Parts: sequence; structure tokens; C-alpha cells
Amino acid sequence: MLELLSLPFMQRALIGGVLVGFLASYYGVFVVQRGLSFLGSGLAHAAFGGVALGLLLDSEPLWIAVPFTIIVAIGITWVKNKTKLGSDTTIGIFFSVSMALGIVFLFMRKQYSVDAFTYLFGSILSVSYTDILFTSFVVIITIAFFPLWKRWAYSSFDRELAQADRVPVLFDDYVLSVLIAVTVVVSIKLVGIVLIAAFLVIPAATARLLSKSFSRMTVVSIIIGTLSAIVGLWASYLLDVPSGAAIILLQACTFFISMIFSSAK
Amino acid sequence: MNQNILELKNLSVNYGEHTVLDSINFTVTSHSFISIVGPNGAGKSTLIKVLLGLTEFSSGSVLIFGNKPGKVDSSLISYVPQIKTMDRNFPAIAIELVISGVQQRWPWALHGDARTKAENALQLVGAKQIANRAIADLSGGELQRVCIARSIAKYPKLIIMDEPAAGIDAVGESDLYKLLEDYQSKSDATILMITHDWHIANHHSDFVLVLNRKQISYGPPVESLKEENMRRAFGHIGHDHTLKSF
Repeated sequence: MLELLSLPFMQRALIGGVLVGFLASYYGVFVVQRGLSFLGSGLAHAAFGGVALGLLLDSEPLWIAVPFTIIVAIGITWVKNKTKLGSDTTIGIFFSVSMALGIVFLFMRKQYSVDAFTYLFGSILSVSYTDILFTSFVVIITIAFFPLWKRWAYSSFDRELAQADRVPVLFDDYVLSVLIAVTVVVSIKLVGIVLIAAFLVIPAATARLLSKSFSRMTVVSIIIGTLSAIVGLWASYLLDVPSGAAIILLQACTFFISMIFSSAK
Repeated sequence: MNQNILELKNLSVNYGEHTVLDSINFTVTSHSFISIVGPNGAGKSTLIKVLLGLTEFSSGSVLIFGNKPGKVDSSLISYVPQIKTMDRNFPAIAIELVISGVQQRWPWALHGDARTKAENALQLVGAKQIANRAIADLSGGELQRVCIARSIAKYPKLIIMDEPAAGIDAVGESDLYKLLEDYQSKSDATILMITHDWHIANHHSDFVLVLNRKQISYGPPVESLKEENMRRAFGHIGHDHTLKSF
């Protein structure tokens, strides 16, 4: 373990893992409780469009993916609030369009995209210091916005009650969706586009099984998300498998053990 | 002297070509119990949403405590939605639900003044022993008690309730109205509720608004719930035997 910590790429991966594990499991509680599990998939595929555009333009893919995914997140929230379409339908439309754009961008690049594989499945080798700095900035923003937890939680419980108590639920929806979008993008390198939805959902779903209150669910989700990222990255190195898959399989084990434990109670 | 807390003049709500409420006029004074009666689709819930500032109205004027809906100090008003519309899978214990009524935000921690107020409110409705139970494990009657505690915990001047008896049994319903009357006798609060039960409206209300998109009648129960008004609102009255007792 100590030998592992002496490797610079592993240090970066572990710091990155702790940061994105915290972010995804924190925002995941709102995703799960609002029934927006499909949003994670939608935004991950939107991020794929942004990453592909970044690869096409030969610039750092994440710098393109961040604004690209934020625009899609705002678009999903806007269409959902302006029309009578269900959120799954709205997300499904943006999901497909972003994916189609991503395929077109990769096709236009006319060269084999080895990087694309990393973005799809995640890799412990891919995390740079710049990624860590940017992710740390998102964590600081998240902590600074912690007072919004009380409003997001209230409208997650009952939107109408929250509105009646003058909570600006629509504004809050936009802020939450933008922060979830940024979380998805910063998680891509470690977890991979294919598995990000699970990374958002599983720690929160596990915490739901173990918690009677929403604040406790949030804390338990963060603990599971962060620890599973650390242990998953370690397993990824030892077993030489993609980091995203290792983390998600570990989280899935935790979920099923928790399910058995909570059913037995 | 009782003061006007709610004044509606020619209130109309249209969704496109569709008129949901047409020319509603009534005034509510403090310390009164108002029931809103009408068939499904009569615009009762829309009226409540207008009062809460959740729905825009098309014409007319609405003043609550002298202000427009949405501009009123929200600590003056409590809203009790139908318990059947509540997400009971949300991870919450009863006291958190009550504190959310005090703080108008979901509580992160359970301490301080808000907790004391919530415990007092739960005590008042005889539900202190279920304070730490998950809302998913409460019966309909218990959850309704918690919701009443939630609505009174911040000592509002106006409680707006959407079919408070829906989803609870007869004993729970009887307890519910006793709790409301007890609270009203100890405070100068006004209670405004939607109900389908004409008997309840007749028995508990100071004034009844009979509605079917238009205002059919507004006044003391014996006048407002007259047979001709009920026929105009519901089209027929034969299905409801409670009317015979009026």
C-alpha cells in the first residue's frame, strides 16, 4: 500500500478519487431522491459529445466538455419546466443528440481515438494536476453552496410545499443541474462516461437503505462514495482493470450487502 | 374587532381558452373557519394555489394580509397538502417534517429553537411519542397529526388545508377537526380548507364557499349549503345523504 502511495500517478488518482467520490455521492442523494437516475446517463453522454469535440479541436477535452455539458443540463431543465414532457423523455432527447454529435466529431477527427477509450471507461493513469485543481475548485464551490442543501432537500421532499414557503425551486433546479453536470465531467477520467450514472446513483441508493433521515443519507452516501473510490482505485491498480469498473463493482457489492442487512432488520 | 385577512375581488383564472375560475368574490376575517366545497374540477385546488402564490391569476385582485399572493410574509401562512400526495419514501422522521414547517427549509440538524417549537407542536397534537419515527412507518392518521403539528408550529395566522381528511379513517378525521378547533380556540388563526364532505363543512365552518368554476354561494353554512346551491354546484345531490341532516 505504501509503495502504491509513492507513485505520483497513483497519488493523483487517489486525490482525484476522493474529490470526485465526495462530489458524486453528495449530489447523488438529490439525483436518487428526485428520481433522476437517468439524468446521470444523459449528462455523461452529453459530456461524451463535449469530449469528442475537444479531441476534434485538439484541445483539452474537459475544457470543452464542461461548458458543453452545462449547456445540455440547462437545456434539459429548461425544456422540462417549459413543456409537459416527462424528465425521462427530455433527458432521452438530449442524451441521443449529444451522443450523435460525439460520434460525428470523432468520425470527423479521422484518426484512431485511443483517448476516447480512456474517457469511456476511466483510467487511473489519466488524472493530471490540472484535473485535481479544477476538481478541488468544484469541491470548494460545493462546500460554499452547502446552505442550498436545505432548499434542495425541501423541494426534493415536496416541491409545492417548498414553493409555498418561498423557496426559489426553479432557480435551485438550474443551480443543482449545473453542479451535477460539472461533477459528471470531472468524474469522467477516473470513472468513465459509461459508468458515471452508477457512480452518482449507487452510493446514494445504498445510503438510502441505511438511513432514516435525509441528512444522515447525505453523510452515509459521502462516506460510501469516498471510501469506495479509494478502495476501487487500489483494486484497479492491483488487478489491472479500468478504474471505473473497479469502483462501480465495489459500490455494487456495498449496495447488495446493505440491501441484505436492511432487509434482515 | 376582526380584521380582513383575505379579500378576493372578481378573481378569474384562465389557462388559454379554458376558464378555471370565474369572478370569485369573498372576504375572510380573522379567527374564522372557512370551507371550500365543490365537485372535482371546480377550481378548488387552483384557488388555493392562487392564494399561496403558486399560480398566476388572469384578472381581478387578491389581497392576503393586505399584500399580493407571493409577497406575503410566509411565516403568516401554513399550507397542509393532501397527505396522499406526500412522498412517504423520502427519508424523514416526523420531527424533521415539523421543523421544516418552522424553518421553511429542510433541517440538517435537529437542535435549537426550531426543535423546541416542533416538540411543543407535536405535544399539542398528541404526537410527541412518534417524533422519531420514519414518516414511511406512520399511519394516515398519525401522518396527518404530524402535518397539523407542522402547520401550527410556527403559529401562523392562516392555515390553508387541501382535503385534510383524505386518506385517514373516521376516528382520525374526528380527531383532526378537534385538533383544529382546539388550536383555533387558543389562537386567532383562520382556517381555510377544501373538503368534499358537506356535513363536515356544515358542522365546523363559520362560512362556506360553494364553487364550480363560478362562485355559487358564500356565507354561513345554512345559507351557502342550501339545496338549490348544491344542485347548481354538483348538478345533482341525491348521492349524498348527509344533506338530509341540514
